[in-house]
Amino acid sequence: MSTRADASPGSPPGLRVSVDLNLCQAYAQCCYAAPRHFRIEGHEALFYDPAPAAQDRDDIERARVACPVQAIRVEDRGRGA
Amino acid sequence: MPDSSLLDQVKDFANRPNPYPVYAKLRQNPVSRQDDGTAEGTWVAATHGTIARLLQDPRVSSDTLPPADRPRTGNPLTDLIVKPLKDWMMDRHRVFIFRDPPDHDALRSAVMHQFSCARVQAMRARSDALVTDLLEEKREAREIDAVDDLAYPLPVTVICELFGVPREDEPKFHGWATQLATALEPDSLSNTEIRAKNSRTFDAIGGYMGDLIREKRRHPRDDMLSGLANHATPAGVKMGDYDLIATSILMLVAGHETTVNLITNGLLTLLRHPDELERLRQDPTRAPRLIEELLRYEPPVQFRTRRTLSAIDIAGVTVPEGADLVLLLAAGNRDESVFPDPDRFDPDRTGTRHLGFGGSLHYCVGAPLARFEAEAALTALARRLKAPRLIADPPPYRQGAALRGPEHLRVAIDGIA
Amino acid sequence: MAALERAVIVGAGLAGLRGAEALREAGFSGSLTIVGAEPHFPYDRPPLSKHVLAGAIPAESTALPHGLDADVDWQLGTPAAGLDRRAGTVRLADGRALPYDRLLIATGTRARPWPNPHEGRLAGVFTLRGRDDAAALRRALAAGPRRVLVIGGGFIGCEVASLCRKLDLPVTLVDPGPTPLARVLGRTIGAFIGAIHAGHGVDLRCGTEIEWLEGAGGRLVRAHCVGGGRIEADIAVVALGAVRNTEWLDGAGLSVDPGGVDCDGAGHVLDAEGQSDPQIAAAGDVARFPHPLYDGRRVALEHWSHAVAQAAHAGRLLAGAPPDAAYGAMPTFWSTQGDLVVKSAGLTQGADAVVIAQGNPATGRFIALYGRAGRCIAAVSVDSARWLPAHAELVAAGAPFPPAGAATDRPKGVAILDPGFS
Repeated sequence: MSTRADASPGSPPGLRVSVDLNLCQAYAQCCYAAPRHFRIEGHEALFYDPAPAAQDRDDIERARVACPVQAIRVEDRGRGA
Repeated sequence: MPDSSLLDQVKDFANRPNPYPVYAKLRQNPVSRQDDGTAEGTWVAATHGTIARLLQDPRVSSDTLPPADRPRTGNPLTDLIVKPLKDWMMDRHRVFIFRDPPDHDALRSAVMHQFSCARVQAMRARSDALVTDLLEEKREAREIDAVDDLAYPLPVTVICELFGVPREDEPKFHGWATQLATALEPDSLSNTEIRAKNSRTFDAIGGYMGDLIREKRRHPRDDMLSGLANHATPAGVKMGDYDLIATSILMLVAGHETTVNLITNGLLTLLRHPDELERLRQDPTRAPRLIEELLRYEPPVQFRTRRTLSAIDIAGVTVPEGADLVLLLAAGNRDESVFPDPDRFDPDRTGTRHLGFGGSLHYCVGAPLARFEAEAALTALARRLKAPRLIADPPPYRQGAALRGPEHLRVAIDGIA
Repeated sequence: MAALERAVIVGAGLAGLRGAEALREAGFSGSLTIVGAEPHFPYDRPPLSKHVLAGAIPAESTALPHGLDADVDWQLGTPAAGLDRRAGTVRLADGRALPYDRLLIATGTRARPWPNPHEGRLAGVFTLRGRDDAAALRRALAAGPRRVLVIGGGFIGCEVASLCRKLDLPVTLVDPGPTPLARVLGRTIGAFIGAIHAGHGVDLRCGTEIEWLEGAGGRLVRAHCVGGGRIEADIAVVALGAVRNTEWLDGAGLSVDPGGVDCDGAGHVLDAEGQSDPQIAAAGDVARFPHPLYDGRRVALEHWSHAVAQAAHAGRLLAGAPPDAAYGAMPTFWSTQGDLVVKSAGLTQGADAVVIAQGNPATGRFIALYGRAGRCIAAVSVDSARWLPAHAELVAAGAPFPPAGAATDRPKGVAILDPGFS
């Protein structure tokens, strides 16, 4: 199989989020910015939604820029391009 | 008579409008000893790297307050029996910004448990509504004072509603909060007059809070204070009355004395950068990045103090054990090795790890609230103020060097849209 | 740089992806082909044993964000089967040959299977490495098994077992060692972490080995322990570590064995004579390289951050960065075990002492600092992530061990413990 990245069902349009959990120190700023997509369980276990709905991009962006250790990476295939 | 130390220049009120040239001089030595009249001196960290390291260094303690020493009254019974007891209680129940783990962590976890995402989100929506109301009151005005008309009443109302303090008592605790905020200013700790005043203020506000806590026990509401007064965290942490009073005071003071500066500094910076103001007006989704840049460029809390528990080798110097440390957050934020062209206000910077909210264990509890309030205020001001012009630049500043911001920010406008 | 040059990346995981990005970012403008054994675009593995098993997210939503444009030829679902360095081609399993001018080897690892293939095929017996593994195990956990048996007390085993408790499933964790995580963290710290899991209801059976898995009607019904004893379980998760995917390199004339493919300090692979091949680099789990922080000891690291950092380094190297820059990032990893977060900086291997540098194991939050011959070599945080960077600096600097002087949340006169590596 030979496919193009932009035409694949494995990489649909929309948002992709990944957090470098090595960097994460559970400041929880993302949880306040986008509580439906990030949450801390226990003292510092971050659970996050790697594929949030596109209409939540403003909150995801708030989460990304607020992260004190800049651990959040967002790919947005739905905007621009 | 030697030149005044750079730290003295930081404290010097004349430098309040623009302390950044002094910070730049301090950055030439990443960590430097500054004369403060004592034998030990005060050590100042001024580069991003050294501040970030010291914030997370376990040998650096936040337990910086000297032992409580309440003023004597002349009444032997009070001075010999009540005073030592009260001093002891004060020392044991300091606010958690002046404490280290494990006590700090337990107290903070109780606050964080009540400072829930749901409560903060509710205040986010509330901030938008409050900003609308506050601007509505000035609809006919041709001049506003951004501090009195918006930047002060917004965070105060938010902290009152969130924490559960009657908003109508604001005239009472306004003065208390301003007085107690001086505890973050470096000289206040060694100044007996300020300490005596703070001690009396603490009694007054403590009495007020004690009454309020009893009220919250009798009639719990859906607010943070009711939660703290009545419920333990899942890990079983529940504050005793003295810790709860101290914590309540901290929340109230922090709500009064910091976000006001973020909003005011924000409007001031935007008025000095009209292109950015216009961009924000056109595209309010720029606000989150703009606010992070503001926290770098004009942080409301310019520095925090710490103390070393053991000697620390850093940046070619050895800070001795027991030394007073000033972490000059606002200077680290202008460190050009981390932020190219650091004196330029540029919301399009990427990946900035600013020090505006401090870092590590003592990272600002109220950060998310401050961000939402600033976003609500600044986007509304950008959208609604017609032809805003600064009346005085620089504006008059408040006394504080650590909690730094304009006392008033008068802006001429052609109206409010 | 000639635009006609061809770069091939074998391995479509995290390392392959980040290597490709770095290659492009460093200015490589030739053709770029990424070969993957699985039919999936690069995805993030850490959530598989946590979020995906918890049912918080579907397995397919772990696709990784990336900065590659559409100008990449993805060869997915076609594993590489051979390397001909003289011809300069990678042979695929379907027989095609991909010519390369620059090659990145990032084939990673696979789960070590249960040694008895017949038992390993029983319904209810799982390994956990790929996205499909996670999706299948999630379905099985969601069906409400009577008991889950986790075989192996390493990081994946601990993650799965503690997650089962979060899902309120009965779970037994068996490991032949004295404590969970004993191989990586030693018995002393392993015991502290094991106690936390036991406190959450994990049935911990250390010093226990599974002899065979019994099926009925093709389904797992119980496991039999060496020396007797049975564990009734309808799901078994085999968490016995990983096997490096190096077989496809057999006959390529490289210095390679099941422990990885050898690289020089810069990241170029070594041939059987120990000479660097300047056209080929390796990165991620499969690359064994001399680590400058540990006296040049050759290590192959199965860490997320290592895959990112080493692949970025290798991508730049293949794009023409000078080979004298040695790769030597501090090894770091994290493991989310239920609600517990274990993080580490440095390598514990060879430690002769450990101290609790901060916190208290009894409260479940602490920093363990490992020493060897009077130097700090590794730090592990348990629910204390904000303290880890300061200790990682001690490790990076090779600071004297034990750390001297007072610190917050540190008892006066820290006790020096035997880390318990056997």
